[in-house]
Amino acid sequence: MKARVFVTLKPGVLDPQGKAIHRALEGLGFDGVNDVRAGKLIELDLADGTSDSEIEDMCRKLLANTVIENFRVERPSSTGSGQS
Amino acid sequence: MKSAVIVFPGSNCDRDLAVALEKVTGRAPAMVWHRESELPYGIDLVAVPGGFSYGDYLRSGAMAARSPIMRAVVEAAGRGVPVLGICNGFQVLTETGLLPGALMRNARLNFVSRPVALKVENTQTLFTSGYNAGEVIHIPVAHHDGNYQADADTLEKLESTGRVAFRYAEEVNGSARSIAGIVNEAGNVLGMMPHPERAIEAAHGSTDGLRLFQGLLETVNA
Repeated sequence: MKARVFVTLKPGVLDPQGKAIHRALEGLGFDGVNDVRAGKLIELDLADGTSDSEIEDMCRKLLANTVIENFRVERPSSTGSGQS
Repeated sequence: MKSAVIVFPGSNCDRDLAVALEKVTGRAPAMVWHRESELPYGIDLVAVPGGFSYGDYLRSGAMAARSPIMRAVVEAAGRGVPVLGICNGFQVLTETGLLPGALMRNARLNFVSRPVALKVENTQTLFTSGYNAGEVIHIPVAHHDGNYQADADTLEKLESTGRVAFRYAEEVNGSARSIAGIVNEAGNVLGMMPHPERAIEAAHGSTDGLRLFQGLLETVNA
């Protein structure tokens, strides 16, 4: 069973990497880009029966730093999200 | 003073830190591997060194913060044992939650490795009694992720309670309020990006780092 965890910077947290990507896109002539935010995608291969709350626990304890990041979990069967 | 230096795979300032601690305390620190679950008995100072623990995978300091020894360090900090985190050590301490905020990628994305001017903001901490208030000292930095960020409330609280120990006196990495080092609420945990252990001998170009260790020794022995 697979789950995908998307880790993104919270709104308002400066993202120097996103800014650099933005500038590089503009340098390539893509001038219709308003903003860029870079994040992470983490793919988990999980034992059957792993609950949503266990995955959320993984996110809170390790996969995301909730001081600066939000996370969102995508599963084939169900979806959950965490904001803190 | 009995000290311990925590060693993670990828630590690379552990031996410099040990040399500094031995020079000042006259006693070689215990080098404690990250898989240990306990600190040696009777430790007066835990030092978390710089480097690239676990290759900076996931986030700088994230994996190290979840290693077995850090549970013991968090527990010791709770008992009031002084804990000093330098560079990657600072990142590890924020990841464990011992210190608030986070160290993000430098604002200009470059790795910064040079001596920087630091203002000593608070000399009333365990770690800064060797300095004069408002003094500007010179200590090297060497980091990619030193851009200190925290929410507005946290920053305000750090400022109003004198928990900003060091502030950059020049632009270095984009840190909020130019913060270079902070202490926890109880005052026994310091995290800082600059490397005091790299400024302890005339040959280093500065001995300003030495006074941090000397001040700490005096406070702990007092």
